[in-house]
Amino acid sequence: MHKYIGLALIFPLVGFIINGLFGWRIKKEKVIGWFGSLTVGASFIVSFLIYLELVRLPFYERKFIVEYFSWIKTGGLDISFSYLVDPLSILMAMVVTGVGFLIHIYSIGYMHGDRGFARFFAYLNLFIFMMLTLVLADNYLLMFLGWEGVGLCSYLLIGFWYDKPFEKMTTSDAGRKAFIVNRIGDFGFLIGLFLMYKYFGSLNFNTVFSIANKLQVGDSTVFWITLLLFVGATGKSAQIPLYVWLPDAMAGPTPVSALIHAATMVTAGVYMIARSSVLYALAPTTMEIVAIIGALTAVYAASMGLVQNGIKKVLAYSTISQLGYMFLAMGVGAFSAGIFHLTTHAFFKALLFLGAGAVMHALDNEEDIQKMGGLKAHLPITYKTFFIASLAIAGIPPLSGFFSKDEILWGAYSQGSFWLWLLGAIGAFMTAFYMFRLVALVFETPPRYGAKHPHEAPKVMTLPLIVLGFFSVTAGFIGIPESFGLKNLFHHWLEPAFEDANAKLILESTHSTSTEFMLMFISVLISVGGILLARYLYLKRMNIVAKLTQTFSGVYKLVYNKYYVDEIYDTIVVKPIKWGSEKLLWRFFDVKVIDGIVNGSARVTSIVSSVVRFVQNGIVQFYAVVFLIGILIILWIIF
Amino acid sequence: MNFYNDLLGISPVLIVSLAGLIVVILEALFKKGETISYFLSIISLILAGLFAIYTYSMYSTAFNGMVAVGGYASFFNFIFCVGALLTILLSKDYLAKRNINYGEFYILVLFATAGMMFLASGVDLIITFLGIELMSISLYVLAAFARTDPKSNEAGLKYLLLGAFATGFLLFGIAFIYGSTTTTNLKVISANFQNYQNDFLFWLGVGLLLVGFSFKVAAVPFHMWAPDVYEGAPTPASGFMSAVSKSAAFGAFVLVFIFGFNGTNEQVRYAIAIISVLSMALGNIIALSQTNIKRMLAYSSIAHAGYILIGLASANELGKQGVLYYSLAYILMQVGAFGVVSIVEREENKALNINDYAGLGHRKPLIGVLMSIFMFSLTGFPPFAGFVGKYYLFASAVQAKMTWLAVAGVLATLVSVYYYLNVVINMYLKEQPAEVLNNPEQEKISISSAFAVLISAIGIFIIGILPTLVTRYFEKLF
Amino acid sequence: MIPLSWYLFLSLILFTIGVLGVLIRRNAIVIFMCIELMLNSVNLALVGFSSYIGNEIGQMLVFFVLVVAAAEVSVGLAIIIAIFRNRLTVNIDEINLLKW
Repeated sequence: MHKYIGLALIFPLVGFIINGLFGWRIKKEKVIGWFGSLTVGASFIVSFLIYLELVRLPFYERKFIVEYFSWIKTGGLDISFSYLVDPLSILMAMVVTGVGFLIHIYSIGYMHGDRGFARFFAYLNLFIFMMLTLVLADNYLLMFLGWEGVGLCSYLLIGFWYDKPFEKMTTSDAGRKAFIVNRIGDFGFLIGLFLMYKYFGSLNFNTVFSIANKLQVGDSTVFWITLLLFVGATGKSAQIPLYVWLPDAMAGPTPVSALIHAATMVTAGVYMIARSSVLYALAPTTMEIVAIIGALTAVYAASMGLVQNGIKKVLAYSTISQLGYMFLAMGVGAFSAGIFHLTTHAFFKALLFLGAGAVMHALDNEEDIQKMGGLKAHLPITYKTFFIASLAIAGIPPLSGFFSKDEILWGAYSQGSFWLWLLGAIGAFMTAFYMFRLVALVFETPPRYGAKHPHEAPKVMTLPLIVLGFFSVTAGFIGIPESFGLKNLFHHWLEPAFEDANAKLILESTHSTSTEFMLMFISVLISVGGILLARYLYLKRMNIVAKLTQTFSGVYKLVYNKYYVDEIYDTIVVKPIKWGSEKLLWRFFDVKVIDGIVNGSARVTSIVSSVVRFVQNGIVQFYAVVFLIGILIILWIIF
Repeated sequence: MNFYNDLLGISPVLIVSLAGLIVVILEALFKKGETISYFLSIISLILAGLFAIYTYSMYSTAFNGMVAVGGYASFFNFIFCVGALLTILLSKDYLAKRNINYGEFYILVLFATAGMMFLASGVDLIITFLGIELMSISLYVLAAFARTDPKSNEAGLKYLLLGAFATGFLLFGIAFIYGSTTTTNLKVISANFQNYQNDFLFWLGVGLLLVGFSFKVAAVPFHMWAPDVYEGAPTPASGFMSAVSKSAAFGAFVLVFIFGFNGTNEQVRYAIAIISVLSMALGNIIALSQTNIKRMLAYSSIAHAGYILIGLASANELGKQGVLYYSLAYILMQVGAFGVVSIVEREENKALNINDYAGLGHRKPLIGVLMSIFMFSLTGFPPFAGFVGKYYLFASAVQAKMTWLAVAGVLATLVSVYYYLNVVINMYLKEQPAEVLNNPEQEKISISSAFAVLISAIGIFIIGILPTLVTRYFEKLF
Repeated sequence: MIPLSWYLFLSLILFTIGVLGVLIRRNAIVIFMCIELMLNSVNLALVGFSSYIGNEIGQMLVFFVLVVAAAEVSVGLAIIIAIFRNRLTVNIDEINLLKW
């Protein structure tokens, strides 16, 4: 069966081609929507069958490389379209296609009546194809193809409603911002690949990892390679300092936020590190950096989630924060815990976003939670599933989020340090708080939405919610910690993928069951505390909230405005340049620099550009002079 | 090798030249000969392409070692036929649109193609020189083809003046090399290469040849003519000049510098690397602030010359293959992109602003998708050909221990994202101008033009996914 | 016998005069003549080399250069006439519609 892994990729691709080319001719939404969804469903079935095949195989034979055809082939450099089927990649493929399938179905209801219906499904299918390429690739270059491809789809989908204004900009600006920030990360990634090619002479996972296996821990080139790859990961997975694009990415349709900006694409960075675990194990310094960035992001983003008023904004910061946990896990060497959290997070965060979509659907696309409330009665299914997902993300046992987050926290404590654990625990408290603040303000407080008549979403939308809700509850049981006396199925499943890396990590075996239970107890306590506090404040004592915001208005404002990061970027980098260019350049040359380039570096380049272009003054003889000078320089270099 | 075999070896050139001569006579005999000329040119180019494939396995030189036949030469002959064919398919409607529907256009394209074929297969500097001149003189006229349009005239004059100026230096280079080696044959030079290591005159000649070729590929600082000429020339001709003639110059560049001068020496390669970095930097940076799409593509073509020069600077097997692969990829994407521009363009240089592309993706879905493919490929986005080509070139630099050059290349592509993407953003994410919406019939697309762009896009896609289809022909070139 | 270097120096001097002319003169036709001077100075060098080396390749190249130069001039004059018809000037400084 594993030979047919290509089918899993081909189905969504066919969906993309057919919907993309003929979608606008097919007038029936149902046909387009179900066709698009079923291609993804089919590819889920393929992945699942391969999974069943792997399970039946002996432990160490669960790894296949399926080569289809050669891509780039030349002296010493052999890259093919070949796919790696192993426990890690097949797990990712199942998550991507499974969650993707549900979100596709949901979109049939959500996108109903949109004039870009076919285009939307075509992009989504393309995204699934690219994402599968990313997770199933057996070499870094093919992975990079997927990496770029998902970025492209993300960009196209963020700007999907290109004419809709979004905050201070249009959605297409948000798309562009996402794309450009990602390019900065990709730059690091690519340089990392060059370095890797230079050092290992190959980009194939097998070759690179088997050479790496023989290297000493602390190898300096590997340090740079892993660090550069991590730069790429911070871009794709929205970590400090490249997280700025993700909140703006919420300008896209909600299913996109659920699929791409919560469940799958943004976890690509985590997957990449997990895949390269052997390399990372060789570079303890990078691991430390990863852990610290992860922990900081977890707390920092969670704190911003506390005060946001857009329902999707809260979830966006929550995603950044949860991704921080995953990186924390990677950084302390708890690779399978990170992947475990990735999996459970895919379920409950997709559920939260879809629930938010259902809420917005009911309230004519209202996003402001100040104008919601009381939806409990009108949207019972949405409310229940949203509540379950909130419990899961807050880490209440025995829901899935509890097991996965707890494992990360335990890893942070036992393999990292107390401080990392503390950051994680603070983040957990904030998570519980902002989630239940959201639940309270959206569903439970008195209605504030005026004359609108909310109604429950149609079945195609609620069904995916229920399925995801089921998994949010149960997915945790596949990874019950061994301290409970049971076998951790999830760890066991992923063990072949990480054993080389684990062998390299010098883990002090501080594994004491009593400490683990105590920490577990503390973290549950923290979560419950956060939940109760949020419910108390927002349901019983709204006046205290108001007072608190008043008393700490400085802090509140600071956090509400996202620590003014965008503004700081703006004043330090963008404004001075803008001032200079407006006052100096415009007067003299009266030209317009191409508008709308988002960040500072781009502006610098474009200003340089608008000056340098005047060298080209149209006079032939000047050109000849430059030519002559060029000759002199060339001859000077040669002799 | 006997005479007939020699003739068979250069049959692609013969066919194209002969067709050119026949079209000259046809144009003289018939008043409305354009259509006949058009079809004759197409047929002759297809025939020449087939002969290029047929002669591929000859691997030899013809006419006393003056021209290479088979292998390397066949590859280039073939891609020139492809480029010229696409140009001719695109030009018919364009010429009609601009009221310059004269059959001479096809004659010039055919002669220029013949020149390119000689240029990229010359094993003797005399052939290289003749090829360059045949190509350039035809292109000078092509640039000035819209003879009532002052911009086109100006493009022709600038190209001609600077081209002839550069020819002077190129020729002096050839003279010095001849003076120091007593021959102009690259094979002989290559065989006795170690004798010239310390010959001042020889290296002076190499330097001047480098200058001459850099001019033809429009590399900084010998690039100044390119933006003006590409902007002023008729659009399909701009595509032809900026992509196909550039590839021809690169074909000769590789032949002379890597085969003839055995990859030259450290300093020359360093000089090439400097030219390459300058081209990538300046081309991409200036392209950022362009509002005219032809001019933007012109600057982007300067940047692309820089990318391809990386392969020459590293002067290894990978670099050579990179140059060859990128030449083909570049012909497809650049001719395709200029093709879309020529389709969108309206009479008298209108609709050439990047803003005029607003909403194009919704008005003309197919053209929008194809233009996006060209833009993404030019950016170097996988899985299109531009990515694979850049990958080869950058990897060759890493292999040649010039990692800094690869890093500069990656940085340059990073800059280029902005302006290529700007076109895509305009096409998909901007509102359509009301003026265009009210006159939809102004944007009619003929089948031949659409076919040409479609073929280019499909080609980019196929060789991007399956580069081995092309690269396996690189393994044995001579 | 006159040494080779003399020919080369003469050729270089003529070439430099040609280059300077291209850079300095404003009339397109005069610039053209200067370019012709550059090409012919190379011809001189080629003939000189050829005669000192003792093979005929250089002289052969000279014939090709002559032909090419003639072709270039005819094309050049045609373009200059076209410009003159449209713009009524052949002053190179005024021909700068295309810039930036």
